[in-house]
Amino acid sequence: MKLKEKPTWRELPFACCIPEPGNSVYYKTGDWKTLKPVVDKTKCIKCGTCWIFCPEYAYEEDEYGYFESNLEYCKGCGICARECPAQCITMEEEVVE
Amino acid sequence: MAKRTGIEVSIAIAEAARQADVDVVSAYPITPQTHIVEHLAQLVADGDLDANYITVESEHTAMSACVGASAAGARVFTSTSSQGLALMNEIVYLASSLRTPVVMALANRALSGPISIWNDHSDVMNERDTGWICIFANNGQEAYDLTLMAFRIGEDKRVMLPVMINFDGFILTHVIEPIYMFDDDEIADFIPPYEPVIYLDTDNPITMGPVGVPDIYTEAKKQQEVAIRESRSVIDEVFDEFAGRYGRRYRAVETYKAEDAEIVLLAQGSVIEAAEAAVDVLRDQGKKVGAVELRLWRPFPFDDLREVLCGTSIKQVVVLDRCISFGGPIGPVLSEVRSALYLEKDKPMVVGVVAGLGGRDIHLEEYIEMFRIGEECLRTGKDAGEEPELVKIVGLRE
Repeated sequence: MKLKEKPTWRELPFACCIPEPGNSVYYKTGDWKTLKPVVDKTKCIKCGTCWIFCPEYAYEEDEYGYFESNLEYCKGCGICARECPAQCITMEEEVVE
Repeated sequence: MAKRTGIEVSIAIAEAARQADVDVVSAYPITPQTHIVEHLAQLVADGDLDANYITVESEHTAMSACVGASAAGARVFTSTSSQGLALMNEIVYLASSLRTPVVMALANRALSGPISIWNDHSDVMNERDTGWICIFANNGQEAYDLTLMAFRIGEDKRVMLPVMINFDGFILTHVIEPIYMFDDDEIADFIPPYEPVIYLDTDNPITMGPVGVPDIYTEAKKQQEVAIRESRSVIDEVFDEFAGRYGRRYRAVETYKAEDAEIVLLAQGSVIEAAEAAVDVLRDQGKKVGAVELRLWRPFPFDDLREVLCGTSIKQVVVLDRCISFGGPIGPVLSEVRSALYLEKDKPMVVGVVAGLGGRDIHLEEYIEMFRIGEECLRTGKDAGEEPELVKIVGLRE
């Protein structure tokens, strides 16, 4: 069940609790960022350091074992780029067409 | 049957928590509340109370543990005073926001500084707007009875709010009074087991106390405000049921010889009984005076107070504050009483006095002086004298 984004005070769950576990996926924070991580797969060693360090759990592993950030949630903090031991992630300005 | 027993009021309050069969007690000792938590610690250690007594390093943690335990579905009790409550403040506000019905016995004590371990109401007034149901007891029997009723009120599914029972430090806490103590089985069915509305459960996970973004926070606060206002009818129900079962009647606003009085003294806590003695002395001199006790502080009993004060024989109210609202309208009780009467057409004049700060006794002559101030205001027609906001402290050395 997706909660209404703007509930009235009567519709708001009791004591402002969140009755549905994991519903933060409905709250997309991707538009907070100015820089987005771009992974150079020719340098990536598939170690998963970016996946471990990402505070938003935005990194997802693909079928080939590479890690890619889900830009709907990535806030552009750049921790992945800083921590990547292969230095394969660069932060580039996100341009909205 | 309840037996009248000579017992220290603090011990009676701790016994009330035992009789309510609390699951968790978390508190930090502070004068003058200490005997309450000492006795509860003893009860748990001796196996006379099957509860988890969480020892902590501060009151901030005590209240945090209480909120956490209540969120997990436990019946929770704590007690504090003064600086302890001030240190709890952050989590006190959370307890009501999270709708965790913690019961707190607050042995009222002055706030520092200068350091004072003695009684006034500055500690509770500092927490006025934290969203707790707040009730005053004026003697040991009331403190015991109201502590029992606090669980019924706060844990009612229509309420789910924390409740603070106030009683004056030392004046009540350390005094041995004859109190009708219930037999355990006599009170057991008055306080049924606690059933939370929501609680932390690993099988059905929920989040309590999340971020409320600007689109949510206002609605959350409105929900809370409606809850505390609507708790009023439950408070009356519990008072009624208690009266029906045990014969002792509590009201949100109590009166003493106010029916035909022209001047009344309005106060909270143990001073009201001394004020009643002053009323008797003045009545013997033919003066039409009375006393009004504002027992229920939150939710504020607007209608009850208007019924007592407006359109009646009362022409002048003297509000006794046990706390100064520095640079403001004398004291918090005065400002709220005046505000409650503002839109009324047929209302008495209201003047404020401050007395009994930091444990200073208020003697009979000083209560009589308060009535004299009321008489003077009534005679001159000047609501609060020439300087209406000037704090008038009775018993001050000039």
